[in-house]
Amino acid sequence: MTGAMTAELRLDDVSWHFGRVKAVDGVSLAVERGARHAVIGPNGAGKTTLFGVVAGTLRPSAGRVLVGGRDVTRLSEHARARLGVVRTFQHSSVFLSMTALDNVALAVQRVRGVGTRLWLPARRYVEVTERALGHLESVGLADRAGESAATLSHGERRQLEVAVALAARPRLLLLDEPTAGMSVEESSRFTDVIRELPVDVTVLVIEHDLDVVFRLASHVTVLHLGRVLADGTPEEVRDSEEVQRAYLGAADSSELFFSPEEERT
Amino acid sequence: MTGAARTAARGLAARRGAAFRLTVVLLLVALPLFLGPYPISALSRILAFALLAASLDLLTGYTGLASLGHAAYFGVGAYTAALIGIHLTPNAPVQLLAALAAGGIAAGLTGWVAVRTHGTFFLMLTLAVGEIVHQLADSWTSLTGGSNGLVGMPPITVLPGRPLVLAGFVYWYILAIFVLCYAVLRRITASPFGRTMRGVRDNEARMRAVGYDTARVKYVVYCIAGAVAGAAGSLWVAQTRFVSPADLSFEIAALVLLAVVIGGSGSLWGPCLGAALVLLVNDTLSSYVAGRGPLLLGLAFVAAVYLLPRGFAGLRGVRVHVRTRETGP
Repeated sequence: MTGAMTAELRLDDVSWHFGRVKAVDGVSLAVERGARHAVIGPNGAGKTTLFGVVAGTLRPSAGRVLVGGRDVTRLSEHARARLGVVRTFQHSSVFLSMTALDNVALAVQRVRGVGTRLWLPARRYVEVTERALGHLESVGLADRAGESAATLSHGERRQLEVAVALAARPRLLLLDEPTAGMSVEESSRFTDVIRELPVDVTVLVIEHDLDVVFRLASHVTVLHLGRVLADGTPEEVRDSEEVQRAYLGAADSSELFFSPEEERT
Repeated sequence: MTGAARTAARGLAARRGAAFRLTVVLLLVALPLFLGPYPISALSRILAFALLAASLDLLTGYTGLASLGHAAYFGVGAYTAALIGIHLTPNAPVQLLAALAAGGIAAGLTGWVAVRTHGTFFLMLTLAVGEIVHQLADSWTSLTGGSNGLVGMPPITVLPGRPLVLAGFVYWYILAIFVLCYAVLRRITASPFGRTMRGVRDNEARMRAVGYDTARVKYVVYCIAGAVAGAAGSLWVAQTRFVSPADLSFEIAALVLLAVVIGGSGSLWGPCLGAALVLLVNDTLSSYVAGRGPLLLGLAFVAAVYLLPRGFAGLRGVRVHVRTRETGP
């Protein structure tokens, strides 16, 4: 792996076992700084588990996780988030009783270090509100700022989640099936948002929609049964015989990556 | 609605709210001029209990942690204030500050395990804490007087050398501290930290994912709630001048949680009303129905859950909703 030295994220032989199930089994991976890296694979390939290990939700059974060259294997999830490892969830995960603006403001106030101030009213922190509005605008939700998150449509909630993640100032952004359930317009708006991210933000994305993968990704890793099956540019992966062999009867390689249902791993 | 119109509407609502709050406070201040000593002393106890309910609301309503051990910190505050009253000084502000500190420290010592859990586990752990503190109060006879309770607390003073013997003066002192503590709680809920608390209630996993140490957030809330509960305990004994293990029993912990649920969690004022109702039913009506207070409270609880799923506080939302619909286009 040529980029091993400059890798923003490096996984060294990472495994996560649950009883005798090896959901992730000896995965090594390097994601270069500023890369748009996609992880694809069929249901049960271990993609979401891998994400949990990177984000710190799950502690790996073996192996090491390095972010920007620093070993974060033992760091808690919130400590990793403070280093800039920010994830979204496969199923929309927002703060339902709060307005869209407050959702984003939660991330903004944490980043600005005022999330534990308990004397002045929150609305006095004008810069928090303004930044939060800015993030809502960037995902196209500015006119919904005052709405309760519970009243937003499914697609809007996904956008809101992205806004919350961006507001948490990520250096490594982990997106778990971000476009699942989005309309075509919402999905293309989303890819624009990701493309417009600063180049120093690294994006690791689990995605089923191959269109999105090919529009976004500079690098693709294929997971299968918890192992890395292929790794390379989107074209290399698409043309890989190994990938095609692994999926019997898949004449058209695009079918490999298509999965109609959301997976649970 | 345009931004300017929204700001104007918010300004109007804020002024109206402030006027309403001022009216309520003035009414409460005027009450001793009209009522006799017995109802006033009952009101004093209601205010102390309401402050306890408001502190529990910070934990339950705003942070999503339903506790069955909150009476423990109330009791710690009550015993602290009573012991200081008996052995050191009748000065009520001193008792109050000591009770506040004792409640906060007790919560700090016992809460750090509980806040690592949530939901039912949190409920069970706080229940255990409550029972332990109750046992302690019951068996540490040399300090607490055991099951006989702690008697002989002199009347409180606010200014040196002038004991407040009249129920009305004690009531005014309790009301002043209640209003002060309520205002502080209200301020906390409106702060960025208040937003953080609601974030933990709504979605703890997401909070961790944007970098919040949620266990620490919960611990801080737990300690604040414990400290205010301790302060409420000192108000309680300022009126009753007596404290026994019954004041921090499971029954009190359950009653105060009931007050929060009946009143509507997450509104602060709702649980205060709930506290008033719960105490009134428990004290006043139970003498007429010969010890069937718990039964009446159970019925009130069932009725509240069915008729007022969001408590008294939910009624306000309904009214506002209807009004906006009427005035809409």
